[in-house]
Formats: sequence, structure tokens, C-alpha cells
Amino acid sequence: MTASEYDSVRPPEPAGRRRRGGNGGRGGRPAGADGTRPGGADGAREAAMVPEVQFTSYYGRPVVKPVPWGPGIAAYLFLGGVAGGSAVLAAGAQLSGRLILRRNCRLAALGAVSVGAVALVEDLGRPERFLNMLRVIKLTSPMSLGSWILSAFSTGAAVAAAAEFDRMTGQRLPLGPLRPVLRFVESPAGLEAAAFGPLLAVYTAVLLADTSTPTWNHAHDELPFVFVSSASLGSAGLALVTTPVAEAAPARRLAVLGVVGDLVATQVMHRRMDPVVAETLRDARPGTMLRLSEALAVGGGIGTLLGGRRRGVAAASGLALLAASTLTRFGIFEAGIRSAKDPRYTIEPQKRRLAARRAAGVTDDSITTGG
Amino acid sequence: MPQLAGPTDPAADARWPDVKPRKGFFTDTSICIGCKACEVACKEWNHNPRDGDLDLLGSSYDNTGALGASTWRHVAFIEQGGERISEARATGRALVDLGMPGVGPSASAGPQAPARPEQAGPGPTGPGPAVPAQAGPAQAETMPPDTDEFRWLMSSDVCKHCTHAGCLDVCPTGALFRTEFGTVVVQDDVCNGCGACVGGCPFGVVERRTDGTAAPKTKRGERKGEQPEVPNLGVAQKCTLCYDRLVDDQTPACAKTCPTTSIKFGDHEDMVATARERVAELHAQGRTEARLYGANELDGVGGTGSVFLLLDEPEVYGLPPDPRVPTADLPRMFSRAGLAAAGMAAAAALSFLGGRR
Repeated sequence: MTASEYDSVRPPEPAGRRRRGGNGGRGGRPAGADGTRPGGADGAREAAMVPEVQFTSYYGRPVVKPVPWGPGIAAYLFLGGVAGGSAVLAAGAQLSGRLILRRNCRLAALGAVSVGAVALVEDLGRPERFLNMLRVIKLTSPMSLGSWILSAFSTGAAVAAAAEFDRMTGQRLPLGPLRPVLRFVESPAGLEAAAFGPLLAVYTAVLLADTSTPTWNHAHDELPFVFVSSASLGSAGLALVTTPVAEAAPARRLAVLGVVGDLVATQVMHRRMDPVVAETLRDARPGTMLRLSEALAVGGGIGTLLGGRRRGVAAASGLALLAASTLTRFGIFEAGIRSAKDPRYTIEPQKRRLAARRAAGVTDDSITTGG
Repeated sequence: MPQLAGPTDPAADARWPDVKPRKGFFTDTSICIGCKACEVACKEWNHNPRDGDLDLLGSSYDNTGALGASTWRHVAFIEQGGERISEARATGRALVDLGMPGVGPSASAGPQAPARPEQAGPGPTGPGPAVPAQAGPAQAETMPPDTDEFRWLMSSDVCKHCTHAGCLDVCPTGALFRTEFGTVVVQDDVCNGCGACVGGCPFGVVERRTDGTAAPKTKRGERKGEQPEVPNLGVAQKCTLCYDRLVDDQTPACAKTCPTTSIKFGDHEDMVATARERVAELHAQGRTEARLYGANELDGVGGTGSVFLLLDEPEVYGLPPDPRVPTADLPRMFSRAGLAAAGMAAAAALSFLGGRR
């Protein structure tokens, strides 16, 4: 914090990015006057003539609290997407008679959703109370709806995968007289899981968007599209890794569609987002992850398109797509957490939208009133 | 789905059979002296444990930091010089000029003619128990000392008990509920600590309780030093507006203890009316920096149950300038998500139908 009279003779600070994290000593004063320096990186650049939006905060402390979610939740975002997409692929394989693709995708769906569910429970403050998630059905709570979607999905996915496992192991499951029952419900269960698959892949986008976390909330129109695309390319990528090329044609097409969707949705998300909040998707670690994700998605997509019928290329492309999907989810997750920790991303866009509404003549809906 | 935005009576909206008058606070920061008695009373009544390691935060007299799982009242301290004061006056005057309801008296008094009181005494001494000033000489004695060169803002922050509470909306277990008094309370025996409410709150109030130390917890219940056991570990915790006291017709601990009546408690309607009177009174004294926060039921959260009188922009106190309950956009998010899910299903169908390679 500087309060010296000589501050006035300092050269003007370039308006630009602020360092985030660990700058707890920032005072409740205009941004240009406080002690944060942009790392000396911009010293040579000409100072911007447009004054920075006046930004005041309470000692640089966050206004909203970041969600207390660990990397397990980010992993679940990825695993839930892979599981949902795999169930959809499995159902397609089931209907089109691709037995190996069906088996692999069913097992993938159950595997991914199981690990994801464990990660979810582990992240709770009171894991032993995880069943309270099914205490109510609450339409205003994406997490409540998600818990029900997850339960419904897992039921179908588990039955379908159990049938496959039983076949693979030569009827080793101790089912006894229930084996015909399993055979009978296997197909409907696979379709049921597929019906919930896209919902499982997409609800997490609403879960993130329906928060006060700036990055996630500002992306609420585009995040669902980013997530289903990422889920499509991720699950298709997994199928490319596990399944011989002869049966993987649908997975290749889904992978390419997923990559196209992912690139378009991500671009639109960046463009439409508040420019200040969009920084969180470009800067620091999340920015690196998202750029890497994009590169891997493009690489995986091109590999699939050009060399998808060669086993080695297909597997490598599949791995690239899986990595791309993981990085997308972790990048967006971390960008959100960072945006909540810096008051700038809460205060500036809010001030701007309030000013815009006032300029448009809407003066009756501010939380601050003169009387 | 219940009403997601706009003015409403929250307790009736929650379908309570016997709706009580909505209760709330009016925190008048212009007479707060920063004694933190509210923080202490709150901790004692609610058995809230220590919040983190004791530390000097270098933020004036605020070593509490922020509202949190174990801090349900937080007194903010802000030191300002002349420039900030005149900015605050200007932004306050701009608010008045927007033509907000109930600004009649200030318009007639005129912001250019400040009825500045004589300096009552040396130093920033408190005004003493503030009797609502009527008029005449009594006013000068109960007015806070005021200079143009510096000021020290103090403000006791608390859960807003929003009309449309983001935390309550997103809670998946039903642990958070709307009381018959229109307030929002966590049932700590139901909450499973999912943390959704923490992200749902536009004000950063609710938090999941950890063991209270800065070090990563290795085992639940383990904490540094000789400390009493922490109750309700791992669950979301926030101000209950002393629900246990309300059901007994008692005043919440913080309001009960406040020595200057900066924290007032009562029916929400009365609190809003009192707040409007008080801000008009301050405007009439030329203190155009005074403004209300949360008294407008048309705002992004449908108005707050806890109303504040602030002397500067909300973000100066760490409050969001234009909060909006995220759930207000939920129907739109659902329709976008439905579209996206349909798109995914269509892409998959296309992948299986498109060509036989």
C-alpha cells in the first residue's frame, strides 16, 4: 500500500492484468493507486490512455466465496461426461449390433461413473451423509437433480455392464436363477442409461453456472455446449482406445463432431463473456490448460479424421481426446475458483452492468438506493 | 418451481401454514463504533469456535477478516482520506439524483448546504447511545463527529437473509430452509457438506466449517493447540438470525448487545421504514454519502432481510455492487442444457446413422 505524496510523480501504471493470489494487503482504494504491479513485464509498453475501470475492494479480499471443492469434483466433471457419452455410444452399438463397441462402452460407462461417484462422496464435508442427497427432489438445485440423474444413470449402467461382465467371464457371476432376468433387462437398462447419459454429461454445466462464481456464472449460456462437446469427444476418444477400428466408425464420427462442437462452443464462450472475467480463462494455469486442451482436441480430431482406421493412430488420437476433455474440465474448474478468489472479477462486471442498466434508463433495480 | 426472482413474501412462498411477520436487521453503519460486541455476542450465543489462527491482518482494526463458517457477524474497518470522502458524497448524491423513492427531504435541504455540527470533542469518540435525533440542538450532540479530512468507517456485516436466497435454492439436501420468519437457516444435522450453497451465495456469507486452522486437515476433529472441540465440522454454517431466540420472541444476540443501536432488529417492514427515515435524516444534514443497501425489493435478490445504511459504495465494505441470485437465470440455464443434451444425442445418432464405413 502506498500513500506517499511522491506517488503522484511516478510514471502511470499500465492498465492491464493484475496479479492474482497472495495480494491480501490491497487496500480499499482505487486500483491504479494501490501497490500491485503487473510483475514488471509491461514496463516497455506505452501506458494505456483509457483509465482503468475504478475498482475498489475491501483490502483485496474476495466478495464471493469459492466453492470448497477439490480436484475430485473437477475429475468428476470429466468422468461424468465420459460415462454419459459412453452409455450413449453403448446404446448405439447395441441397436446397430456392434458387440465389442457395446461391451467396451458399457464397461467404460460403469467404470467412469463409479470412480466419479466415489470422488463426489469423498469431496463432501460429511461423506457419511451422502445419502442425504436423495432426501428431496429439488428443482431449483442442480446438484439435487444431478444426484437423481446420477442414480438413475448408474442403475442402468450397472445392469448393462454386469451383463457384459457375466458374458466376458463365461457366466461366472453368482447369479443362479437370476441370470435370465439379467439377460432380459440388459437391453432396456442399456437404453435407460443412454437416455440419462446426455443429462449426466450436461447437468454439471448447470451446477457450475448456477453459482455466484464469476467465470462459471458468466458462461451460463455456453457452458452446457462446451460440456456436452467435451463429453462426446472424451467418450469417443475412450472408445477409440479400447475398440478395434472395424467397430469404431461411430466413435470416430462422434469424436470429430465433439471436437467441432468443443471448438465452436469454447470460442463463443470466450467472445460473449465479460472481457474482464474472460481473463480467467486465458491467464495463468487455467489458460495454459485450456490452450493445451484445444491443441489436443484439434490434434486428436485430425488424427481421427485422417488416420482413424489405423489402430495405432486411433488409439493415440483417443488418448489425446481424453486428455483434452480432462484439461477442459480442470481448466474451467480452476478458472472459476480463481475468479471467486479475486474481488475484481465480482465487482467490476457488476459495476459495469449496473452502470449499463442505469444508462439505459433502468434505475429502479439497484440494491443500493438513495432512500 | 417456486418464484425465482422479484418481490415476494419468502415465508409465504415457502408455504408456511402460519407465516410470521418477516424479521430482519437494519444495520446503521453511521453510528457503529466498531466495538465488535456483536461479533463476540454472536460467537458466544451460537457456540461458534475460533476462526483460524489468531493473526493481525493489517486492515485497520479488522483482524476478523470476513464472514465465514464460524464468524456470523464481521465488523469492517475502513480508513479514508478527503478524496475518498468527496467521492463517496458524489456517488451518494448521484444515487439521490436517480430519483429513488423517498428522497423528498434531502432534495429540499440541498446537498450543498451541509448543516455541519460543531466538533463534539477530540478524536473519533462514539456518539454515545444514539437516541434517534429529532431536531434542534439535540441533533448536534447525537451527530457523529465529522470532518472532511478523514473518516473511519465501521460496519457490522451479517447474512442478508435474501428474499431469493442463492444458498437455499441450490441446497440439494434440504438442509437449508426458510423459516416462518422469512429467514434462512442451515439444519446442521442434515447438511452433508456438499458446498453448493457456498457458491450459490452472491454475498460470500455461507461457508463450510473446517477445523479452523490454516493447515490442511489430516483428520476430522484434529486441530492445533488447546482448543475446545469444534461442533458441526464439515457442514455449511452461517447466521441463523438467532432462530432459537426468535421462536422465543427474543432479540438476536448481536442486536441485543449492540451498545449504540447500530444493529436494529424487528419486523422487516419496520426496519426498511426506519432505514428510509434515517437516510433521509442524514441527507437533510448534508451527508449525501449515506445510502441504503438491500432495501429495494426490485434488486437482484428480491431485497434482503438485513438492510444496511452505508456511507460509501458497497464494494468498499466488501459487499457486491449488483448481486444477482444465480437461480434467477436457472430456467434459461435448464433450457440451454436441454438443448445441449439434445444436441449430444443427435450427434450420437448421426454418428451411427451417417454412412456405413
